[in-house]
Amino acid sequence: MGIETSTVMVSIIGPEVVLVVAALGIMMTDLFVKKDAEQPFLMWIGVVGILGALAVSTSAWGRGVAYGFYGMVVADNFAAFFTTLFLIAAGLTLLLSSGYVRLQGIAGGEYYTLTLFATTGMALMVQSTDLIMLFLGLEVLSVSFYVLAGMAPDSTRSAESALKYFVLGAFSTGFLLYGIALLYYVCGSTRLADIGNVLARKQLLQEPMLLAGMGLLLTGFGFKIAMAPFHMWAPDVYEGAPTPITAFMSVGVKAAAFAALLRVFAGSLAALDVQWKEILWIGSVLTMTIGNVAALRQENIKRMLAYSSIAHAGYILIGVVAGGAAGTGAVLYYLLVYTLMNIGAFAVVIAIEQKGEKNLAISDYAGIGTRHTALGAAMAVFMFSLAGIPPFSGFMGKFYIFSAAIKAGYIGLTILAVLNSLVSVYYYLRVTVMMFMKEPAAGAEVPAVCFHPAVVAVLLAAIFFTVQMGLFPSSYLQFAQESIKLFL
Amino acid sequence: MGLISVLIFLPLAGAILVALGPREKPGLLRGIAVATSVLTFLFSLQLFTRFVTGEGGFQLVEAHAWIPRLGITYRVGIDGISLFLVLLSTLLSVVAMAASWSDIKVRVKEFMICLLLLETGMIGVFVALDMFLFYVFWEVMLIPMYLLIGIWGNPGRRIYAAVKFFIFTMFGSLLMLVAIIVLYYYHGATSGIYTFDLATWYNLKLPLSMQIWLFLAFGLAFAIKVPMFPFHTWLPDAHTEAPTVGSVLLAAVLLKMGTYGFLRFNLPLFPEATVMFVPLLAGLALVGIIYGALVAMVQADVKRLVAFSSVSHLGFVVLGIFALNVEGMTGAMLQMLNHGFSTGALFLIVGMIYERRHTRLIADFGGLSKVMPVFATFFMIVTLSSIGLPGLNGFVGEFLVLLGAFKADPLWAVVAGLGVILAAVYMLWMFQRVMFGEVDREENRGLKDLNLREGSLLLVMVFFIIQFGVYPKPYIDRIEPTLKLVLKRVEARTTAPRPAAAPIAEKPAAQAALHTSPTQAR
Repeated sequence: MGIETSTVMVSIIGPEVVLVVAALGIMMTDLFVKKDAEQPFLMWIGVVGILGALAVSTSAWGRGVAYGFYGMVVADNFAAFFTTLFLIAAGLTLLLSSGYVRLQGIAGGEYYTLTLFATTGMALMVQSTDLIMLFLGLEVLSVSFYVLAGMAPDSTRSAESALKYFVLGAFSTGFLLYGIALLYYVCGSTRLADIGNVLARKQLLQEPMLLAGMGLLLTGFGFKIAMAPFHMWAPDVYEGAPTPITAFMSVGVKAAAFAALLRVFAGSLAALDVQWKEILWIGSVLTMTIGNVAALRQENIKRMLAYSSIAHAGYILIGVVAGGAAGTGAVLYYLLVYTLMNIGAFAVVIAIEQKGEKNLAISDYAGIGTRHTALGAAMAVFMFSLAGIPPFSGFMGKFYIFSAAIKAGYIGLTILAVLNSLVSVYYYLRVTVMMFMKEPAAGAEVPAVCFHPAVVAVLLAAIFFTVQMGLFPSSYLQFAQESIKLFL
Repeated sequence: MGLISVLIFLPLAGAILVALGPREKPGLLRGIAVATSVLTFLFSLQLFTRFVTGEGGFQLVEAHAWIPRLGITYRVGIDGISLFLVLLSTLLSVVAMAASWSDIKVRVKEFMICLLLLETGMIGVFVALDMFLFYVFWEVMLIPMYLLIGIWGNPGRRIYAAVKFFIFTMFGSLLMLVAIIVLYYYHGATSGIYTFDLATWYNLKLPLSMQIWLFLAFGLAFAIKVPMFPFHTWLPDAHTEAPTVGSVLLAAVLLKMGTYGFLRFNLPLFPEATVMFVPLLAGLALVGIIYGALVAMVQADVKRLVAFSSVSHLGFVVLGIFALNVEGMTGAMLQMLNHGFSTGALFLIVGMIYERRHTRLIADFGGLSKVMPVFATFFMIVTLSSIGLPGLNGFVGEFLVLLGAFKADPLWAVVAGLGVILAAVYMLWMFQRVMFGEVDREENRGLKDLNLREGSLLLVMVFFIIQFGVYPKPYIDRIEPTLKLVLKRVEARTTAPRPAAAPIAEKPAAQAALHTSPTQAR
């Protein structure tokens, strides 16, 4: 083990430091500015913080592997890739929030601060090389989201969402901790590298406590990525939370949990892969199917996108099961394209949503494509991309996942996945049908649309990347491959 | 940028231009769109002049690295199979633009964008020589067609029809995607070369068990698109609910992608499986011929009648392909083009009458030939062409298909011949009820005859209908070498271990002297 464990090396957690400083800056500034004028200003502090963190995290790219805090955290390409992804997601979320926060009367200072703390948690999670550290990152992330989910004032749904997320989240965290404890009992360490080394000797593989610990860890991660049967919380939480937070959760938390899942399972528990791949195979089929079938019946757009997000977790799990350079690379690429297209879809939802959670029914979208063609076309792009239709990035992502699965010999799983994506076509098309092919019910108006400049900027960026990553995926695939060298 | 790339990207550029244009000036947008498609058509004529006759392989090939990590290349080119299908697409795109002039009044901008994107997709499908690229175009095309049906279709069932069209097609193509990836890895594993290049894949020697599955996966996608008998139910809905232009392009070009796919992929890639599945596919084709004709006969709606007649006509095409001899396949190719003109023209005619009367029910008409003599003349010619009257295009194709079918199995020819008779029944009966007799409805008395634009549109179609019928040699000369190549690929690997298939192997040489088809004119 060539780990340099004697130093602290603050620079290893550079992005987190910048984020925390920015978050504290927002908190302090919030005390001194007037309540009416505060919010755009606070948002911009957050954006500047994120840009700073982005600069730090991208500069860590390609620098090799460096450990810090006595081997508790690591800076490598894998962490740099995911940190960049979280920062992009967080930056887009902040831009989506500024108009929304004012419209819904949410307290801006706390909101932006917690968003940045959540991002910090995600970044810590992917950098940790120790289960304890990973747990800390997960808690920073989760606690921030428990609060964020409940921040919409005067909304019982939002309160319900927060409570549900908190209770179930705390429960799942218990599983995770118990799993960590059992792994420690078997392997004598919480260090990921040590666990990997112990298991590589293959003497303990039949140890029941080890399998139990693995199962409990899987339960904890499964909860965070909304893997069936641990997905129950997602629709309610996603529906009730403020919409930009829903967008952030659906991409950020998922990506963070997948990153940790890869580090722990594809990394340390690789010796047990026969066991966990079997579980994830079933989990993936269940997740896709439940997500897609349930999404068919949804009337609320946020709920529909919540189930769609569950389904996409199922597709990504296929990549984890397939493993190897192709499968793991596909997971990273898919998370990247999913982040941009899903945030894009939520940006459209935010542009249409009105105060007091109005205009969230899919039927409210009738006629929007006729009245606001550009917005309708944007939504159509995101829907087609989510459905996996070329030339958009969602297709490229699915193609990459499916080819990894076929390469690894999982043809049955791939066929189940393509049939699932056929089911998904129906509900994604329904949104375009509503926007372009239906008129509002008699007496109803086409909803007014709020084109906040920041939202427009997010939309443009999301469309650009959804098309560009679909047509020219080479460089992104390259990044994904460079990031996963540690598992090969 | 090579010629074929120009053809692909010109309509795309036109679409972007229209998208940037001012919404308040629909005339200008139409102008841009029509100019783009006319320009594309003029460029595509160069394909014809630069095509080397007698050469069976791919020509005018262009290749650029696209996603090198996965062996994906932007590779396009044409051969005898795709040459005329590309020309058909570019010509009918112009016709479609012109036909939409009076039909489409709302959201002209989006309509023109959709049409131009559709044109890019159609051309792309026929010229793509990289399987990944092919799949991308194959799917991309769904989006504009879906929007055409869903937005500008008939109020009422357009949304149902659009979604049904999309989901049916998608179902087939997703399984094809899995098959493509399986082939990709099989090719990589056996040869060490990971590529999506079709020409390289042609050299693959797949085990029979694998061929069967892959044939079924590809075949399902194409059978849905054609559409063949049990998978045809989306077609009448899509045709009936689509706007005129949508129906024209759907019938004339999109359906051909299915039969094109069989010729391009199923036959050369899975030769043994092809021979094995001949009874199944020929059987389904025959069922389609008779079933389509019988159902067409009892339709009350002219457009639905034409839609079911497509099921029947495309049955001929599939039958010709799976006769697995030069006559049958040449006939199938010609029939693909013929059907494009005849049925395209029929849908234009139905559209013209619908614009005047806002009904398509046969019962609402009668005696129109007295009120609209010019219209009646065109309608008659197109009807006869669809039936297969000698001297018009339909005859050449149907004759060759029947000839090929007879050689493969005389029973096929008997059943298919029955289809020809039924076609005469439903078309002529419909024509009689619409055009002849007394003008028994007051509304029909004042109908205006064709205007200049409509007349010239139909004139273009009728020109090709007659030209194909009288002198098909230029087409056959260019198509045949490629078909022989396809046949050779099938036979090279099916004759040796299968003595039963031996007669087929002799055909190209032995029977060139026998048949009385226009090929002999050379």
